Amino acid sequence: MEQFTGKVWLLGDDIDTDIIIPTEYLALKTVKDMAPYGFSPLRPELAAQIKPGDIIVAGKNFGCGSSREQAPEVIKALGVRAVIARSYARIFFRNAINNGLLLIENDTLCNDVKEGDEITVNVGESIEYNGKTYPEAGGLVKAMQKLNGIIK
Amino acid sequence: MGMTIAEKIIARAAGVPAVRAGEIHTVTLDYLMSNDGTTHLTIDMYNKLRNPRIADKSKLVWIVDHNVPCDSPKTAASQKKMRDFARDNGITFYEGEGVCHQIMCEKHVVPGQLIFGADSHTCAYGALGAFGTGVGCTDYLYGMVTGGSWVMVPETLRFNLTGKLADRVTARDLILTIIGMIGANGANYHAMEFVGDGMKNLTMSDRISICNLCVEAGAKTALMEVDDITLAYLEAHGGRKPAACFKSDDDAVFEKTFDIDLSSIVPVVAKPHFVDNLAPVDEVKGVKINEAFLGSCNNGRIEDLRLGASIIKGHKVADKVRFLVVPASQEVYRQALREGLLDIFMEAGAMIMNPNCSVCWGSCQGVIGAGEVLISTGTRNFKGRAGDKNSFVYLGSAATVAASAIAGEIVSPYTY
Repeated sequence: MEQFTGKVWLLGDDIDTDIIIPTEYLALKTVKDMAPYGFSPLRPELAAQIKPGDIIVAGKNFGCGSSREQAPEVIKALGVRAVIARSYARIFFRNAINNGLLLIENDTLCNDVKEGDEITVNVGESIEYNGKTYPEAGGLVKAMQKLNGIIK
Repeated sequence: MGMTIAEKIIARAAGVPAVRAGEIHTVTLDYLMSNDGTTHLTIDMYNKLRNPRIADKSKLVWIVDHNVPCDSPKTAASQKKMRDFARDNGITFYEGEGVCHQIMCEKHVVPGQLIFGADSHTCAYGALGAFGTGVGCTDYLYGMVTGGSWVMVPETLRFNLTGKLADRVTARDLILTIIGMIGANGANYHAMEFVGDGMKNLTMSDRISICNLCVEAGAKTALMEVDDITLAYLEAHGGRKPAACFKSDDDAVFEKTFDIDLSSIVPVVAKPHFVDNLAPVDEVKGVKINEAFLGSCNNGRIEDLRLGASIIKGHKVADKVRFLVVPASQEVYRQALREGLLDIFMEAGAMIMNPNCSVCWGSCQGVIGAGEVLISTGTRNFKGRAGDKNSFVYLGSAATVAASAIAGEIVSPYTY
């Protein structure tokens, strides 16, 4: 099992693709050029503060809005190791998988965790924070396993 | 156990007798639409493939609509890449003819099809009984190269519509009300199906407007049954014939059914910065505006222009307010010209722009500055969507936008 620990950046509900990467920066040549403007409508300073290995924790409907694939790409380019949210918008969900950005569904972590805290992710199993263990809610692999009767 | 429209279309595309919500199927796609928002990225990835090939070029439709005419050397370069690739590979290509979803509805989509579009509002095609869904450019590329993809069969939320919308209440008020009711992720991963006696009172324009906005509730697709209104639209637009006309079976499984009386809908506005942040228009009355926008794939059709013109006729746009009118396609533009609607708008002081996505996506034209307020018939009001990150977008109907342009502040569509 893969395990990693990272510092948390805490965002709210409905973090849309225009917040993740605004339209005006989509014409830049590479995703690397766009990355410094990630999340700028909401928190202009955030992109410069995110360090490789950090983790974004958010509420419901993360990635709602447009189909722009630059959204998960920018998050990846910032070095974010994983996003943990209550739920994801479906186009972003597929785009994130296609770009190898780890998404984890968890319903309660965003209520408990504080920005700057460290959490440990046991990939495919659980999240550890402040002495408490949070099970992963699902994801495509779990859904497939359930569908095929491999797990309940 | 019966099937929903969504299940029947996926079963057809998968070449199997039946599918169930929750299953994952490999499907053949009927169309793959892409626009200048991301096509250049798809081409870059395509050119990196070891054996690049296009499965069936007749299924590809590429449309330049997001930055038209081009606004910078950077977008000129990405559009040139798209234009050259389309020419070299024999791909159906439109430029400046209109917003992609309007072009697809006017010229291509037929009932029963399964369509991927590299744009979130692809769900608009449900108005024609087709399953349209938005994808990113990697999924697009996969479809382009293989002709197929995988889809998870969605559960369906059913909306049973009865009655008729009141005067100056529009389909846009209806779908904004529904999004406000179920929330911005209320239909996440789901199909939204619209049926009922009330459908006969909704035009194709209304239906496209409704289906187009369903992604703002998170929906994977939106679907409607094919009826005489659909068939008449197809006949008038190139005499297209359905691939298949599906209705949900009586014993199909719906996750939830909502009953909505159209006569109960009132004019509404979605407040910044979320599409489900809804209020009756009277509640936001008096909010000063700097700009008004009538256009987009959601609300730039001839019916919307007629409604806006009927309200603004004989009035002037308020001092220091910009009013942008952007027909959704050349067909709409020329029809508006013939009917004298553009004269009415120009007489009032509006700016008539060429068909394109315009300020709806915050590029190319009409972008608003810090602290400014836009009342819009566009698709989204996210923070910074129409320009500066500290600007504000309110979404309303064509009637509300036209009335507000006259008043210089948000007002009820019944004001004039």
